[in-house]
Amino acid sequence: MSSLTLSGQPAPAASDPATPPPRTVGSRHVGRWVAAAVVVVLVLWALRSVALNPAFGWPTVAQYLGTGAVLRGLATTLWLTAATTVLGFALGIGLAAMRLSANPVLSSVSWAYVWLFRSTPLLVQLLFWYNIGALYPRLSLGIPFGPSFGSTDSVHLIGPTLAALLGLVLHEAAYAAEIVRGGILGVDAGQAEAATALGMTRARVLRRIVLPQAMRSIVPATGNMVIGTLKGTSIVSVIAVTDVLYAVQTIYNRTYEIIPLLLVATVWYVILTSLLSVGQYYVERYYARGAERSLPPTPWQRLRARVAGGAA
Amino acid sequence: MSDALLQVRGLTKAFAGTTVLDGVDLDVEAGSVTVLVGPSGSGKSTLLRCLNHLETPDAGTITVDGELIGYRRDGERLRELAQRRIAAQRRAIGMVFQQFQLFGHMTALANVVEAPVGVLGVARSEAESRGRALLARVGLAGREDAYPRQLSGGQQQRVAIARALAMDPQLMLFDEPTSALDPALVGEVLEVLRDLARGGTTMVVVTHERAFAREVADTVVVLEHGRIARSGPPSEVLDQLSERRAPSLD
Repeated sequence: MSSLTLSGQPAPAASDPATPPPRTVGSRHVGRWVAAAVVVVLVLWALRSVALNPAFGWPTVAQYLGTGAVLRGLATTLWLTAATTVLGFALGIGLAAMRLSANPVLSSVSWAYVWLFRSTPLLVQLLFWYNIGALYPRLSLGIPFGPSFGSTDSVHLIGPTLAALLGLVLHEAAYAAEIVRGGILGVDAGQAEAATALGMTRARVLRRIVLPQAMRSIVPATGNMVIGTLKGTSIVSVIAVTDVLYAVQTIYNRTYEIIPLLLVATVWYVILTSLLSVGQYYVERYYARGAERSLPPTPWQRLRARVAGGAA
Repeated sequence: MSDALLQVRGLTKAFAGTTVLDGVDLDVEAGSVTVLVGPSGSGKSTLLRCLNHLETPDAGTITVDGELIGYRRDGERLRELAQRRIAAQRRAIGMVFQQFQLFGHMTALANVVEAPVGVLGVARSEAESRGRALLARVGLAGREDAYPRQLSGGQQQRVAIARALAMDPQLMLFDEPTSALDPALVGEVLEVLRDLARGGTTMVVVTHERAFAREVADTVVVLEHGRIARSGPPSEVLDQLSERRAPSLD
């Protein structure tokens, strides 16, 4: 402890070793305790009602949670989510690169794509792809304005599943492009300049220098996006793709146990989104390298620190 | 025609109608140190950035070791080279920026090794041992695994110098390398520049550090309104400057 007098000299022995300085104690926070008590009572009341209301049909939920039909639907939901995310972002990175290019044709086309696919509901787009046969009865592979190498009926090529995938990917790409573009714009232009000055080509600058740093802002937005996509795939049930929602609908159309079976889908969605959130945390931590002086702790490290701190 | 390593002839550049460089001629001999001074807005940085084609000039030529930078002759005109060719030319020209611009997601050593491995195709182990030696040369032995954010400004700038040196450039460009530093950290960066000058590195330095220019420069070039107002040995040029209008320099 030190204190200064006006002349800049230390104060004369203000602290007598015999009488220690007064210790500080925190405020009592009465309001905080009252608010917490009220909220705890409300939550307990809600939980009790959910647990004891027989209409929720928890035994039925448990009975169907692991059945083959539900798990097969879940597999469809999962691969649709994965494929949509991977393909959507691949296309989105391309669109973002086009949008940021100096070529006015490329950047306008990219802009128009994003504008169009963000301006229409996903459901409408899916219905379009589902009915592609009415629009283009035959699809052919060939050179634009040139010869064709072969053709087939659209309905053979684009069944409900492919229609769903197409719709989801093209829609996802528009949003992914904006996420990636935002991330790239967030990186100091001087970084690209420094890399250019070292003799790197534009593609290399993007891949090695700009994108890895853009990931800091791309990852959280992508995490949101993947979780949104996982839940968004439930929309494919309207075009008869057997995802987890369509699977439980098929069952409750037979058994009329609507609420319990919707809960089956709900439980799976909650489990999957929770896993994704945990994954997102670790991916974010990975891309925080160099951006913070030390890496943020993992939840386990934080828990351990708290327990240790509480014990001390 | 002289046999200077860097030759600039009639370099002209305008931004949105404002002339920034107006017919600049400049020769830099191999192994010499040229310091560019002049009031802000006089075109020093633009001149420097034209030298490795970060800015595209409107007219004029730049040659390094006899090779035309950024262009090929096409009759009366200069036609810009393909991006890949320009990238290859930049490998021989190192640049150090005012704001350091270390790659934030890479350690100091990874910053130094990135271009030799990725651009020149040097084996990683070889590039790393060279990178360690370069970091040691700029006084950063032991900080190889630090990320830029964990380093002081002066340390970051020294890593940036090592990163540029790792490409074995024929010519080093410094764009106000100490302007973004705390006064206390300027000295350690200038010490590295002095060391490079003694070692015979060809350097073009934009700086406001008058004492450094006096001590290290072989030639001081004064730019005013996009033209070379004076150039010569520091003793002549800087003394003249201080008599005439020293305050406008900084």
